[in-house]
Amino acid sequence: MSYIPHTEAERQQMLATIGVSAIEDLFAAVPARHRFPTLRLPPALSEQEVQAELLALAEANDHGQDFAIFRGGGAWHHFIPSALNHILLRGEFLTAYTPYQPELSQGTLQAIYEYQSMLCALTGMDAANASHYDGATAFAEAVTMAIDIGRGRRKKILCSPYIDPQYRQVARSYHQGRDTLFRGDESAATIEELVAQLDSDTAMLAVACPDFLGHIADFSGLAQQVHAAGALLVFVVNPLTLGLLKSPGELGADIVVGEGQPLGIPLSFGGPYLGFFATRKRYVRKIAGRIVGETVDSDGRRAWVMTLRPREQDIRREKASSNICTNQGLMALAAAVYLALMGKQGLRQVAELCWHKAHYAAAELATLPGYEIVTRPPFFHEFALRCPRPVAEVNALLRANGIIGGHDLGVEDPRLRDCMLLAFTELNSRAEIDALVACLRELQTS
Amino acid sequence: MGKWNTPEDLRYRRSDEWLRQEGGEATIGITDYAQDQLNDIVFFELPAVGEAFAEGESFGVVESVKAASDLQLPAGGTVIAVNHAVEDEPELANSDPYGAAWLVKIRLADPQELPALMDAAAYDAHCVARESS
Repeated sequence: MSYIPHTEAERQQMLATIGVSAIEDLFAAVPARHRFPTLRLPPALSEQEVQAELLALAEANDHGQDFAIFRGGGAWHHFIPSALNHILLRGEFLTAYTPYQPELSQGTLQAIYEYQSMLCALTGMDAANASHYDGATAFAEAVTMAIDIGRGRRKKILCSPYIDPQYRQVARSYHQGRDTLFRGDESAATIEELVAQLDSDTAMLAVACPDFLGHIADFSGLAQQVHAAGALLVFVVNPLTLGLLKSPGELGADIVVGEGQPLGIPLSFGGPYLGFFATRKRYVRKIAGRIVGETVDSDGRRAWVMTLRPREQDIRREKASSNICTNQGLMALAAAVYLALMGKQGLRQVAELCWHKAHYAAAELATLPGYEIVTRPPFFHEFALRCPRPVAEVNALLRANGIIGGHDLGVEDPRLRDCMLLAFTELNSRAEIDALVACLRELQTS
Repeated sequence: MGKWNTPEDLRYRRSDEWLRQEGGEATIGITDYAQDQLNDIVFFELPAVGEAFAEGESFGVVESVKAASDLQLPAGGTVIAVNHAVEDEPELANSDPYGAAWLVKIRLADPQELPALMDAAAYDAHCVARESS
């Protein structure tokens, strides 16, 4: 079977035009010993043997289903309704690549448009793009956009130290080699201390809600102060909380970013995840990535298009503000389906369940001597717990009891040594939480 | 003689911006040739009052259904006024590029020494030359 459209005659014609006699001659720049290495592959296996081998490899991993999971810190273990996968795994969606002749893929565009619309409704913003790889890169794009809006004349990016450390690291990686100044997160800054650093060189001030330690801060008045300095206010949020908390739009945000994984996307050992990005209408031309818009075709029928294309490199290369011209199509669809299945009430219900479970756990843990909840209330579904022993030790004991304990916060911040970040979702039953508490009590007394 | 409107009292940059000097100040916009080339204009990104630019520096962007282009300042100065009407109705630049669709007014950095800008005849020839190539 031939998979390549070139005929032999066409190949010879091309070679002749280039000026070589054989395709191998095109690789002359590669050192001879590396040119055509011998691939020492084992003999082919039957499908049955391959399946057995791959299953054996897979079984070397522990499955999420076999454990009570209390770890979050950027991705969380939530329930995914089965209807979601029935839509997601349809071939039309599952294997379709991101459309570059997009108008031909009306179904794909419509799905992305619905996703964008839902994001706007949730975040209280005017416009959302078709998504980024993950929350961290979405945050990095917010930095790029803030600098672009400031026309490159404002170089300072103020970040709360309670934004996920990986997000701040990725943003710094994105902007290395440029004169962007990341400030504010070197010290344990309160919002007041961050605001005090606002000046005419500040392009943006970013906060997280809930923050990395689970805390929900009071942001009233923040937007006014940030705008008075001529800077942009950026919120990093957990979209699940938007069924319960005031939207960032209502709080005066200019850009809202975050991780969409809680919306119907499995943990999957770190990805694929979903970066969402929403902003005000006046900044819509500065957003990176793709944007789907609604219009009418020449027959007056409703249709969808990729809109505002001059932002992307294929039309205005030197002026594109980002290299991103793609999105997480399948994950954005998953989020859209999840939100459609949940609806406003369902989303709120999930958030409330998470809240109640976390607060039940906190009340129980507060009774344990030797343990201390470090996160100040109010918190959503996560909090930092200081343990009487190193987190690695505690987690080893928990693991032996079928429990995955919290993220070791001491890894990123030595001041939080022996602190673990515990997360609670609708998937943690009361029995599981009681077992966790019992285990931790046993550790302390042993 | 080209088919585009090229008022005599203006000066022109080769990148298709016009300048009308008024003492120590100047008004700037894009030419009839520019709007004709760009086709339907959909957006202007203009600077804020108080921003200063050197001659030739990009002070904004014009976006049409065809392309997005930088706007280059014909003479160095500081922005003292911005035409918000053209931000709300960018299509004004197609219908009235020299009147209602002025873009910015600047205080000239050096009113005595304007850069070598083209007069109407030279600019017109510049447009004709580009059309025939």
